[in-house]
Amino acid sequence: MAMSSVNPSLAHQRREARLVLLLLAPALAVVGGLLIVPLGWLAWQSVRQDGGFTLAHYARFLTDDVYWMTFLQTFRMAFIVTAAALLLGYPVAYVAAGASRRWSLFILAMVVLPFWTSVLVRAYAWLILLQRRGLVNTALTELGLVDAPLTLVNNEFGTIVATVHILLPFMVLPLYATMQKIPPELTMAGSSLGGTPLHVFLRVFLPLSMPGVVAGMVLVFVLTLGFYITPELLGGGRTYMVSMLVSRNIEVYNEWGAASSISVVLLACVFFIFRLASFVIPFERIMGAR
Amino acid sequence: MAVSKLLLRAFVGLVLLWLIIPIVIIVPMSFSGARFLAFPPPSWSLRWYEAYLASPAWMQATRVSLTVAVASAIIATVMGTAAAYALSLANSRLVRSLQVVLMLPLVVPIVITAVGVFLVYANVGLLATMTGLILANVMLGLPYVITSVLVGLRKFDPAQEMVSRSLGMNRLRTFFIVTLPQIRPSVITGLLFAFISALDETVVALFISGGQYQTLTKRMFTALRDEIDPTIAAISTLLTAVSFLVVMLVALNARGERGRA
Repeated sequence: MAMSSVNPSLAHQRREARLVLLLLAPALAVVGGLLIVPLGWLAWQSVRQDGGFTLAHYARFLTDDVYWMTFLQTFRMAFIVTAAALLLGYPVAYVAAGASRRWSLFILAMVVLPFWTSVLVRAYAWLILLQRRGLVNTALTELGLVDAPLTLVNNEFGTIVATVHILLPFMVLPLYATMQKIPPELTMAGSSLGGTPLHVFLRVFLPLSMPGVVAGMVLVFVLTLGFYITPELLGGGRTYMVSMLVSRNIEVYNEWGAASSISVVLLACVFFIFRLASFVIPFERIMGAR
Repeated sequence: MAVSKLLLRAFVGLVLLWLIIPIVIIVPMSFSGARFLAFPPPSWSLRWYEAYLASPAWMQATRVSLTVAVASAIIATVMGTAAAYALSLANSRLVRSLQVVLMLPLVVPIVITAVGVFLVYANVGLLATMTGLILANVMLGLPYVITSVLVGLRKFDPAQEMVSRSLGMNRLRTFFIVTLPQIRPSVITGLLFAFISALDETVVALFISGGQYQTLTKRMFTALRDEIDPTIAAISTLLTAVSFLVVMLVALNARGERGRA
């Protein structure tokens, strides 16, 4: 490169960089002002009391049973929901990826439609379906399967059913995106080499679909950790999640220190899980694989 | 082999039914003539739609929700498209990490986001205002727009911009005349997703909306805590119809994109 061309190209680069920043500025200002700054603020508040530094808000995690039990229950819920979503979602994505174009479009439409329906509407639908005199109980009683209506809602069961229903698309879509890219020649090669279908699936297809499995599991797990509407509406006060602990501390007790420390711990859990997952699949792909 | 395949398909069929039924079931419920939610409804009527349309409170909430959804979707689309374009221009690590920052609204648990926005608004006087609601939903809609537009830009050949600019057109005009028409389907998809995301947003609205400026979803949530009023079924049916319409638009939009390619 000739010496004389360096300076103009440097100026050009600088102009380019300025343009990039200018275009990013509004979006960054909104996310910065409404998310990054308040998160920092929450972190600051979580170690402050009466104008001084304190760890009292975090000490409550060790001393107050409600805190760690709520976290325990939330993680338990996240594990159950993730496992259920994987069991239900993997076959759906598998069939969609192997089906003809028309069928796979149909299956995806059935998955995407609920995805874009209001979470509130779906929680309400489950409330109707699962209530004491709801559709499910009526059907069960009329078929003679149960004598008295079952308690299907206002407990952990109802919350899990609705949460899995709401989060299933977050499992299916990344799974489908990954499976669709698995070349059919590979499984065909496996079969032609004498592998049974099950063997080929376990040794060839399943390992190749792992990035999708991880992306789906991480999304579902993390979203369950922060779930608010479904446990609030369907939990009947028996399913106490971290998000509810945060909101109660503000709405009922006006305890900002407590709410802040819980938020920081929950956020740390979420980032830690994403960090762990990033060893298997980069963050951009988890978020983009939809 | 054939049996296991059949079983697999039957299982998938059941899962899909399970996915769809709760959304479909609300429709007959909303046309029920009864006060209680029996299925099938003992009689049919439009009373819950009338109740919804006749209620000034529900109407006001609907106006607020629609205004917020339209305004925030448009603003998020402009900001998000600009940001995605900038991200596609740059290759540095710093800019890549900025992309992660812009995706954060999808990652941070929504309750924490809500508490954070509440904290900011309480200090700048944006609680229970239209501006506050719109801004918060712009933030939540940005990731959808950016993801969608980035996908569109990945398929776009930047050499076309070079040609246009070497022919003397300036950067801005080049973007609007050469680039934008080609990424338009992904911009529209982003816009539609941002719209639906704002229309359905509930948790942040619970914290920051109030008084005259309550959103539809906040009113529904409050009503649901008290009793299962069939009016909610009517509103839910309408909301679902809007979602359905938007998904159809996205699909048509995507097909148009493929048709042109």
